[in-house]
Amino acid sequence: METIDSIRPLIAILASLLVIPLIMVSRKAPNLREMWTLAGAGLKFLTIVSMLPLVLAGTRIECTLVEVLPGYGLELRVDALGMLFALVSSFLWIVTSVYSIGYMRSLDEHDQTRYFSFFALSLSATVGVAFSANLLTLYLFYEMLTLSTYPLVTHHQDREARSAGRKYLFFILGTSIGMILPAMLYIALKTGTLEFASQGIVKGRISPQATTLLVLLFVFGFAKAAVMPFHAWLPAAMVAPTPVSALLHAVAVVKVGVFSIVRMITGIFGTGWLAELQLSTLVCTLAALTIVISSLIALSQDGLKRRLAFSTIGQLSYIVLGVALLSKSGMVGGMLHIGMHAFGKITLFFCAGAIFVATGVTNVSQMVGIGRRLPLTMSAFFIGALSVIGLPPCGGFISKWHLVIGTVEANQYLMLGVLLVSSLLNAAYFLPIVYRAFFCTPAESMFPGPAAEAPTWCLVPPLLTAGLSIILFIYPQPFLRLARLAIQAISGG
Amino acid sequence: MASLEGVTQHLPAIIVAVPLLAALAVTALWWFSNKLCYPLSVGAGLIALAASAGLFQQVLSYGVVEYRLGGWPPPWGIVFRVDHLNSLILVAVALVSFLNLAGSRVAAEKEFQEKVGAFYALYLLFTTGLFGILITGDAFNLYVLLEIASLTGYALIGIGSGRASLSGLNYVFMGTIGATLYLFGVGCLYVITGSLNMVDIGAILPNLWPSKVIVLAFLLCLGGLFVKMALFPLHGWLPNAYTYSPSVVSSLVAPLTTKVMIYAMVRVTLTIFTFDFAFNKISLQVPLVWLAVLAIIVGSLMALSQQRLKKMLAFIVVAEVGYMVGGFWLGNRAGMSGAVLHIINDALMTLCVFMAAGALSFRTGDDRLTSLKGMFRKMPLTMGAMVLGGLSLIGVPPTCGFFSKWYLISGGIEAGHYGFVAALIISSLVNIVLFFRCFEIAYFEPFSGSAGHQSGPMEPDDRSSTVVEAPADMLITLLTAAVLLIVLGIFSGQIVTRVIHQVIPALTG
Repeated sequence: METIDSIRPLIAILASLLVIPLIMVSRKAPNLREMWTLAGAGLKFLTIVSMLPLVLAGTRIECTLVEVLPGYGLELRVDALGMLFALVSSFLWIVTSVYSIGYMRSLDEHDQTRYFSFFALSLSATVGVAFSANLLTLYLFYEMLTLSTYPLVTHHQDREARSAGRKYLFFILGTSIGMILPAMLYIALKTGTLEFASQGIVKGRISPQATTLLVLLFVFGFAKAAVMPFHAWLPAAMVAPTPVSALLHAVAVVKVGVFSIVRMITGIFGTGWLAELQLSTLVCTLAALTIVISSLIALSQDGLKRRLAFSTIGQLSYIVLGVALLSKSGMVGGMLHIGMHAFGKITLFFCAGAIFVATGVTNVSQMVGIGRRLPLTMSAFFIGALSVIGLPPCGGFISKWHLVIGTVEANQYLMLGVLLVSSLLNAAYFLPIVYRAFFCTPAESMFPGPAAEAPTWCLVPPLLTAGLSIILFIYPQPFLRLARLAIQAISGG
Repeated sequence: MASLEGVTQHLPAIIVAVPLLAALAVTALWWFSNKLCYPLSVGAGLIALAASAGLFQQVLSYGVVEYRLGGWPPPWGIVFRVDHLNSLILVAVALVSFLNLAGSRVAAEKEFQEKVGAFYALYLLFTTGLFGILITGDAFNLYVLLEIASLTGYALIGIGSGRASLSGLNYVFMGTIGATLYLFGVGCLYVITGSLNMVDIGAILPNLWPSKVIVLAFLLCLGGLFVKMALFPLHGWLPNAYTYSPSVVSSLVAPLTTKVMIYAMVRVTLTIFTFDFAFNKISLQVPLVWLAVLAIIVGSLMALSQQRLKKMLAFIVVAEVGYMVGGFWLGNRAGMSGAVLHIINDALMTLCVFMAAGALSFRTGDDRLTSLKGMFRKMPLTMGAMVLGGLSLIGVPPTCGFFSKWYLISGGIEAGHYGFVAALIISSLVNIVLFFRCFEIAYFEPFSGSAGHQSGPMEPDDRSSTVVEAPADMLITLLTAAVLLIVLGIFSGQIVTRVIHQVIPALTG
């Protein structure tokens, strides 16, 4: 495999970091300020796209920054998996920025400069995680993401935000220091490296028992992946403004969690070694439990964003499950799901925000008949829901298809059952919303005055992402090829 | 050229002599004008910083620098001996004292008013003492300099109001006890070796190892230094001394005193008694690491129960002492490297948080945690520095605190000492609680009037207005310290491989 040195991954990370001073300086001129955000987002996305042809051609792009510990440096590397994730998150940042502008201005939110600054910082960290070449670099960006998201989660600065912020820190910072840090150090001492290698670095250097413990530490310790019982921060974090929930708690932050777990499984432990130790079933079981339990909880949630949050918890574990199956299709499905779920779920969050902006409604029970007032929003919602459930003609179907085949390949028929049951549950907590929105008549008192669609800036993004969800069904090639390349690198290397 | 060469030859003397002479000059000038004290002191601090940087460069290029006072050869004369270890720490100490000094003008004028000359003179004498401790190669000379630092530290702490004088007295009592124990230890060594030169004693001792006097001397020296560095349970003097002293003093004394004492422990153990004796002939290693574990846990828990910002930070210092003592006595390369690296990292991060606390209380006139309300809005840059300092103490990359913790935990795992590993992780978790409790108050609770806010005579602009961002010179030095935490973190790989590994004895396993 060909490897070239380039500072392009660094530019992709710094693009959003360097616009922060500009955002802060132009705090008095909101239009200029938002222009900087969009410029940063655009530059970031274009830089990442410019590396896509190289990655698709099988080249790896590397960039060594500095050796901070003897033998362990801060290094960036763009491979197929990282490219997939970076592509999704940087593209959706552009869309979310547009949406943020509409949302924050419609609601006349306070401290928008702080909001846009930390948003940009979060995205730097996200792409940093995607492009990390070793566990140390990944850990650095992971922590950076935790801290830069904290002010966004607690944006409202009220009592609820404070308790959500505490949960957020307790689960995410607590686990990363209490579990990931010692696990990482242990691996560094036993193996002398933290590099993500195609067959892992652990085999033959760490005993099977210790490996089992480490796997658990990483699966739970990357609490951003919200594998139960380390999930409670995610529903709490829904107090954040909706664009934050949309991008960070459906795409960037939570996917960083699963992405990190995927990296551990493929790059540190190595799929071969995990298969030898038969740890696949253990991780799959944890993921399966999370999927089923969270779907059941989602059924009972009346707050729309909370329902979406529990749905996210389940969907994240799909990815963990898929990769932990260790079968080819399962892993492709898991990786694809990073992208497919992102487009579906962000659409749903955008819609939740648009509904809130247009009508002030936040609960599912109040949304009876809302489809007549907000037909475009609710249509987008329907498409997003289909994608998350995994039905055609949406992208979510492609990833779920691969996951299902993956369970069969791995002879994990129980997991196949879990996937099917959970799809039914997904349908059960999403479709009634859509049905009632369009086909039931509201009590007239529920909507005083005329309700119109949300402002254009809030409306176009969900329509766009919904459209893309459909396009991804017809044309999943970019993600599919990246996922297959990533698998090839593991099995062929 | 010849004159420049002459200067570079005398760098070790310059480091000690310039602050000493400047202290005398400040005392004299003070009679004529208060205004001249600050620039003169800053100038002296800058020269000391430049000299220590130059010396560091020399050591990196040519190895150990030995400077004979009065030209007397060792072991008869006093020598200054600079190797990789102390040249590195010298730079850190000079930097910390210079930054704090440079940012002290407004606060010192407000705090001390007409006594400002005394403050600067004592400040310079205190740093002279610390530089001396770091640079000297003579065991008895070290004692003298300990006393200089201790007495001037006492005076500095005592200048404050309220309970400051009592805390200062406590400080000097405990400091004297510690120094006296150390002196007895040196006395024992002198009796059996007839030498006071550290390297000389180190060469003689192996022949005398069976002697019980050496063990006694070792215990006395170590015990004395433990008192001086406030290792649990000998830490009683520290929290009040750092809490009630004026802010500009606590941000000098807190980062430096304990760290320099840790250095003295490393120096005395490795150079005088040698590694072989301390780790192989005597079995103190295990109890000392466990003592450090206790220090970390107790310091962290005590910090949790504090209602005052500076007192909370003071207990964190107690815990941090445990980090370094524990790391050193693990006795392996990683642990010892971590301890030495943490000396400089901790000096800077303690400086950063104490300076931020000083800037906050300068504006609010209060250092209770409740006075932090609304501070992210009122003093965003000061709080930003506080956040960086806090993250470094928690150990979040890429701040320097992460890297020293990395070595310390590696050392613990390597040595199989999981108690120490657990203590470090618990302390990090407790630090999350400690700092985010402060950040929560400052972020979520709205600013509540200016209760207890006193406007100093030097800020006519602020007299009527509410709390605003700290004065520019205070802020610039504070932000410099905060940024240095990241710079130091990024260069910590270089520091360890190029500097620290030169002094840590090569060990196997």
